Amino acid sequence: MEATGFSILTAIIFIPIIAGVVILFLDRKNRDLVRGVGVTAASAVLALSLAVFFGYDNYVKTDGGLIEQQAAMLESGVELSGAQMFVDALAFEQRVVWVESLGIAYHVGVDGVSAPMVLLTGMVAVAGVLISWNIEDRLREFMAFFMFLVAGVFGVFIAVDLFMLFFFYELAIFPMYLLIAGWGWVKLREYAAMKLTLYILVGSVFALVGAVAMYFAAGAFFSGSGADVFEAAVASGLLPADSGPYSWSIVQFTLAAENGAFGIDILGIEGLSFAKFWFPFMFMGFGVLAGVFPFHNWSPDGHVAAPTAVSMIHAGVLMKVGAFAALRAGVQLLPEGADIHLPWMVFLTLINVVYGALIAFRQRDFKYVIGFSSVSHMGLVSMGWATMNLTGMTGAGIQMFSHGAMTALFFGVVGMVYDRSHTRDIPSLGGFMKVMPWVGVAFVIGGLTSMGMPGLSGFIAEFPIFQGMWAASEQITLQLGAFQLSNYYSVIVIISALGIVITAAYVLRVAGQVFFGEFDAERFHDVGNIEMTDRIVLIILGAPLIILGLYPPIMAPMIESGIRPLIALLGGG
Amino acid sequence: MELDLWAQLPSVLPEIGLTTLAVVVLFADIYGSPATRRNVVLVSAVGMALLALAPLIWQPDPALYENGALLWGGMVNYDPLSQIFKVMLLLAGALACLMAAGDKGVGDKGEFYLIVIVATLGGLMMSSAADLILVFVALETLSIPLYMLASFRRGDQRSAESGMKYFLYGAFASAIMLFGFSLLYGFTGATNLAGIAAAMSAGLDEGLVAVMTALVMVVVGFGFKISAVPFHFWTPDVYEGAPTPVTAFVSVSSKAASFALLLRFLTAVFPADLAIAGVLIQDFWVNLLVVVSIVTMTLGNVVALRQSNIKRLLAYSSIAQAGYTLIGVVALQGADDSLAVASVSFYMFMYVFTNLLVFGGVILFIAKTNTEEISDMAGLNRRSPWLALFITIGLLSLGGIPPAAGFFGKFFLFQAAVHSNLVGLALIAVTNAIIALYYYLVVIKVMYVDIGPDDDKPIAIPRFYGWSLGITALLVILLGTVAVTPIYDWAALGAAGL
Repeated sequence: MEATGFSILTAIIFIPIIAGVVILFLDRKNRDLVRGVGVTAASAVLALSLAVFFGYDNYVKTDGGLIEQQAAMLESGVELSGAQMFVDALAFEQRVVWVESLGIAYHVGVDGVSAPMVLLTGMVAVAGVLISWNIEDRLREFMAFFMFLVAGVFGVFIAVDLFMLFFFYELAIFPMYLLIAGWGWVKLREYAAMKLTLYILVGSVFALVGAVAMYFAAGAFFSGSGADVFEAAVASGLLPADSGPYSWSIVQFTLAAENGAFGIDILGIEGLSFAKFWFPFMFMGFGVLAGVFPFHNWSPDGHVAAPTAVSMIHAGVLMKVGAFAALRAGVQLLPEGADIHLPWMVFLTLINVVYGALIAFRQRDFKYVIGFSSVSHMGLVSMGWATMNLTGMTGAGIQMFSHGAMTALFFGVVGMVYDRSHTRDIPSLGGFMKVMPWVGVAFVIGGLTSMGMPGLSGFIAEFPIFQGMWAASEQITLQLGAFQLSNYYSVIVIISALGIVITAAYVLRVAGQVFFGEFDAERFHDVGNIEMTDRIVLIILGAPLIILGLYPPIMAPMIESGIRPLIALLGGG
Repeated sequence: MELDLWAQLPSVLPEIGLTTLAVVVLFADIYGSPATRRNVVLVSAVGMALLALAPLIWQPDPALYENGALLWGGMVNYDPLSQIFKVMLLLAGALACLMAAGDKGVGDKGEFYLIVIVATLGGLMMSSAADLILVFVALETLSIPLYMLASFRRGDQRSAESGMKYFLYGAFASAIMLFGFSLLYGFTGATNLAGIAAAMSAGLDEGLVAVMTALVMVVVGFGFKISAVPFHFWTPDVYEGAPTPVTAFVSVSSKAASFALLLRFLTAVFPADLAIAGVLIQDFWVNLLVVVSIVTMTLGNVVALRQSNIKRLLAYSSIAQAGYTLIGVVALQGADDSLAVASVSFYMFMYVFTNLLVFGGVILFIAKTNTEEISDMAGLNRRSPWLALFITIGLLSLGGIPPAAGFFGKFFLFQAAVHSNLVGLALIAVTNAIIALYYYLVVIKVMYVDIGPDDDKPIAIPRFYGWSLGITALLVILLGTVAVTPIYDWAALGAAGL
């Protein structure tokens, strides 16, 4: 694997960073120039991420395509190497050694799971810039910090080096704090911004300690009993020629995991393996950002307090960063831990799905409804990871994209309604379909997606998750004292399907009360239709929901190809 | 021993340069015309910055330092550890001079620069000292000028009180440390650090209690210098009372030089294999410092949460930072101490610039507004976007958020801890880092979010000052991104000379 040339992904990270720095140096009174630089950078990034998404298949140059190759490997019955499959699936790679003595590299690349996420981030970046078009207060600083946030998010999705993943993860947190605290909803912003930041950082630093422990465990393995594995991997080109036994490369960690480096007992306790001990730190550490119960508490407040563009990127993309990193750094690197812990963590995700939906149903504030619906839908993503089979995890991958676009659309809709009506109180709104038909239609599309209507992306995401859970249920039983609950996964499927019903209820309630019903022409006399920039936002975010719903092959096989290496690591077929 | 002057000269070149510079500054200040006097600041700053090149140009010879060879009659170490600390101390001195330049009652007096230069000279000697005598002389050469600096604004009661407090505590700590030294000398008959270790391991079966006592006394002395709990009481008062440019200088140079010496002292005098009457001395000091480290960072952070004065906040923050850095010292217990040494050196390197950046911003703010309350920083982003940004970068670095250098700094410390099987300590430290981030973020929030009564009164940054802050900020970012490798690799070499 030679990957030294310039990668399009590098441009995707550095364009927003450079744009952010340039914007900081502009004259603050020249608002058009600030917006111009912002929108140009975001559009360029969207164009590049489209190129990544659609170029992915062609880039992975294998005979007959990656998916066929993986299928052929399955057919032939050879022993599958998850690490090898992961490397084969990486595209647009670039690797530059960063801190050589510690094996830290700037190493970017996308696989089937992250390529759709890159596209999603590009979409939300453009939408976020456009929807912030008329911000009055310190537009220059807002745009600059927004650009840094976008760069941080991209960095996590495309990192093939675990250290780099942490670096960009933490990089994204600070601009987010400042954007929420500085430009958010006055009543809540300081409290919510601080709460969100501390929650997320606590999770990530504990994961960081776990990652350091993994680094030394893998290094000790490769320089000791696994030296032959290491040499073979370097010889076969799986690892770059200049790598040492101690490295932060995710490929190398994966190889270590596959060869049992993390199966060693620690703390001198028999049966307490390294993977078993550290998996909760890694998975839950990032799971905080994905809103996994009981660490979801930051999310509704954070989303409500944030300015619209930040809510969009936060619920739309950042929660996926959490779910993605939990998959990459948790499940992929500590599969033995996943085997043991995910079967009980699935209960937490169930609480997410049902409890989130129930609370959303009870909200009067339009934005809180969407905030809690994110908690509910992100529960489905974590549940999909917990199935540990191809169907369910692929569904979760699609759900990440689908929910990202959908919830960004929702927050866009809320922002547009609020900017014009100055209230988010659902009962006092009504009949907005008449004055803002675009917004109303967009909300209905998003709503139907969120309740899993066939023909929209929500269906092709949620159905496989439930299917995967059902398929996984055969081996899973729960022993509570003398009582044995057989196949409890199937029970979970049934209960969480109930969550979808509740979703339908709150979506229909909001649609009915906000967009239909009586329009108070006296109170909302100055509410008019939306501008061109807002329409573009709705199209960018709404169209993919329909396209993906009508034509799933545009994304599903790609995600499947990204999930297959994980299945191999988890010991499945 | 035959003295080969030319071979040994590079090891003390920066010290000779500093002495010369001190004399030049002294004469220029006394005999110079008013125009010359105004340029004293430039002479001092540029002189120290140029001297910082000397350790880079004349690199020590690995063949010598790896065998523990000493120069100047066994007084001076000439190894990468001393070199990296000399560079950071010289740069710290140069930046401190620049940042003091416009300050009334401080920067307009020529003797300020003279004292800074002499203090830096003491710091340089500390980082390379190999003998108890030189250790003590260096310590006092650093400390006494700092006492003078703290009370530099003679007319100001707070400044005078701060200087007096610093001096009393400092003299007391020095005395205890000196007593520790005398015990070590008394039991071993040696003043050379390596010689003491050799004498102790050769046969000292009776002196366990005395050695432990001496060790504790020395740790007390260092604890004072780096403001570790429970020897931190002077820190907030001195930081608050001293003129701000002085606080900036005290907070970095004294701490950096002390950590350099602490690393050397502990590894040289109490090496890993030293056992007296069957007791491993290293276990003792490691456990002692683990406790000190935990208490220091926790207390520093928790008390910082309650501060409303920016200088006191930074004082408690610097106590907490000392606690983090001690993690790296404790990690020396591992089999491979290069990670530990590198983490401490890197942390101090980035801390010097980070803290000077924060203080540099705060100095300007205080000078322009005459207030030290955090709540008065409200709306600073509207009054001076650049000043707010510089302070923010510094605070982020202290908090350990990328791309500022603090992220790598903390990461290296935690890594060294995990490597030395101190996972529990690492977890406590990361929890502390979160607490710390809270109060750093509050300051940032005040600057960016809150609305102050003076929002419409812009604060102008003097051009010269702006450039110094800008370059420091750039350095902090570079140290957190592309410049990590060279500095870290250099820092990692430091272990070879111990």
